[in-house]
Amino acid sequence: MSDDNPPRMGFFTDTSVCIGCKACEVACKEWNAIPDDGLSLLGMSYDNTGMLGADTWRHVAFIEQDKPLGRQNNAVIAMPTGATATHASAEAVHEGLGQKHGSELGTETGAIRPGPLPGGPMPAPVTPDGRKELRWLMASDVCKHCTHAACLDVCPTGSLLRTEFGTVIVQEDICNGCGYCVPACPYGVIDQRKDDGRVWKCTMCYDRLTAGQEPACAKACPTDSIQYGVLDDLRERAAHRVENLHDAGVLEARLYGADPDDGVGGAGAFFLLLDEPEVYGFPPDPVVTTRDLPRTWKHTALAAVGVAATVAAAFLGARR
Amino acid sequence: MSASEQHGSEVRRDGLHGTAPGREARIGARGGRKAGRGGEMVPPAEFRSYYGRSVLKAPVWESRDIAGYFFLGGVAGGSALLAAGADLTGRIGLRRSTRVAAVAATGLSLAALIHDLGRPGRFVHMLRVLKPSSPMSVGTWILSGFAPLVAVAALDEARERLPGPVRPMIAALGRPSGLAATVLAPAVTTYTGALIADTAVPVWHDARRELPYLFGASALAASGGLAAATSAPGEAAPARVVGIAGALVEQACDRAVHKRLGMVAEPLSQGRAGRYLTAARWSTRAGAALLALSALRRSRALDIAGGTALVAGSLFARLGYFHAGATSATEPRYTVVPQRERADHAAKTGAGG
Repeated sequence: MSDDNPPRMGFFTDTSVCIGCKACEVACKEWNAIPDDGLSLLGMSYDNTGMLGADTWRHVAFIEQDKPLGRQNNAVIAMPTGATATHASAEAVHEGLGQKHGSELGTETGAIRPGPLPGGPMPAPVTPDGRKELRWLMASDVCKHCTHAACLDVCPTGSLLRTEFGTVIVQEDICNGCGYCVPACPYGVIDQRKDDGRVWKCTMCYDRLTAGQEPACAKACPTDSIQYGVLDDLRERAAHRVENLHDAGVLEARLYGADPDDGVGGAGAFFLLLDEPEVYGFPPDPVVTTRDLPRTWKHTALAAVGVAATVAAAFLGARR
Repeated sequence: MSASEQHGSEVRRDGLHGTAPGREARIGARGGRKAGRGGEMVPPAEFRSYYGRSVLKAPVWESRDIAGYFFLGGVAGGSALLAAGADLTGRIGLRRSTRVAAVAATGLSLAALIHDLGRPGRFVHMLRVLKPSSPMSVGTWILSGFAPLVAVAALDEARERLPGPVRPMIAALGRPSGLAATVLAPAVTTYTGALIADTAVPVWHDARRELPYLFGASALAASGGLAAATSAPGEAAPARVVGIAGALVEQACDRAVHKRLGMVAEPLSQGRAGRYLTAARWSTRAGAALLALSALRRSRALDIAGGTALVAGSLFARLGYFHAGATSATEPRYTVVPQRERADHAAKTGAGG
């Protein structure tokens, strides 16, 4: 790349501050004029888009787990369940607020000490299936804009290309809908729009980037869970964030896609996750398929020689 | 129980704790077997996923179009090679049937390929670029060079029916075209193996070493069988040999895939793909046996029966591998389990533990 290109831009999606509002999904749909692809209740917590696809370029995943988040002691375990206007709940609140009574917000007193209620038995599980704790993971998924992008490599028309920002986009006037990129993507991102025949995916709002704007999803994100910027800066910021979370006791915090030495050469859109990638629907160790292509070509050529030799031998042998 | 809660997926709504929906009975079906890679045991069947949904997108290709295109491409390439051999050794009947088979299969395979495009009218966009990183691009160029050559060679067979002025030109070009086609024909039979191997689909990508050989051999079985079935028993000897050799190598490659892929090979023996591949196996074996018998007896009936069985076997094999690939992409297990194992292994060995 020449020096007058802008630096490589990217997304850092910090799922630890995602609140699952789906503003990113809506902003993406609106800005890119993506057609409706159904709004259904999937029985997957609050997820009603399911996965990325031709018409879903941001997808917010929701995962409910019976685990505490870091050192957080889930308040529900300490609170009496059932009706709130009871003596027991008043006791619990009084205990929590301590000296300051109701004059300050409970969260600011720092006095809440969750634990077993004084004198009482352990509270009943909060749900019928026995959960006592709950953490709710939310993550906004998006095209990874890989350094080594399989979709781009396998595209036979040159419709998929890399922009000056280091992102990967589809040129819709070129795509002929061969569908090769669809199974080639190790993340299952790109997909074919059925009534249209062509493939579609996140462009990182290429049109906005060229005008110096940030992508619609990042602009709309109210908690800065989606951060847009120069990829190198984002990686640095993300490493700090992981350190901070580890210090705060959230030891399960980890980066996904930030390592330039991984199977896709590092993702242009990477994530901070609070559990293993597969829990969010990500592949644990994705590899760009074309990494193995040179060796596959060698086998293909060898096989072709074998085919020709077999036929030649058949005629020579049968000649007599 | 507690182990399954630790490692299992988080699906709780309908009581699923350890596994993806509907998967329980299958897990560990091949438990006694050793996985190919480094001889470790079969990886743990338990894995975590996002509500049991697929990680990858399954191919959007129609099996009729694309598996059919792989099969027809094999017939086309193998037939072109047989036609050249028949031409050089003076087997006129064999030459005629294989030249016709080559052009018909090439035409149909191109039609299937174009029909499967989301925008068939934009087929020519394939010829904007030549990308070695895209087997589909390379293959389209190979086919584009191959098709006119086999077409001219086939026209040579219909020389008498051509208008007078073109006749001498076709007569002069027939043999050179047929021989030139043999440069591309072997690649026509094997590149489709590279095409599907160059995806993230677990069965296809993991079988990348065997697929070009398997597809090349399958092409030989189909084209040898077709040629044996459509030519006189006196001329069919090379076709029988090609068909039998293809059948044997195809079986060996199929077995190698099953062995080396470990749990990822499961979709090859389950469901629709399993049924196709079982049919392919028996059809191919029967075809090879019948053609071997015919090599001794020189029987037209045996040639037709054996040849047809080999053609069917090749078609079933392509359909089987096609559907197995689609299944392995749809079920998160085949993506997550091997990758999790690899990631855990890397974490253990690298980065100081």
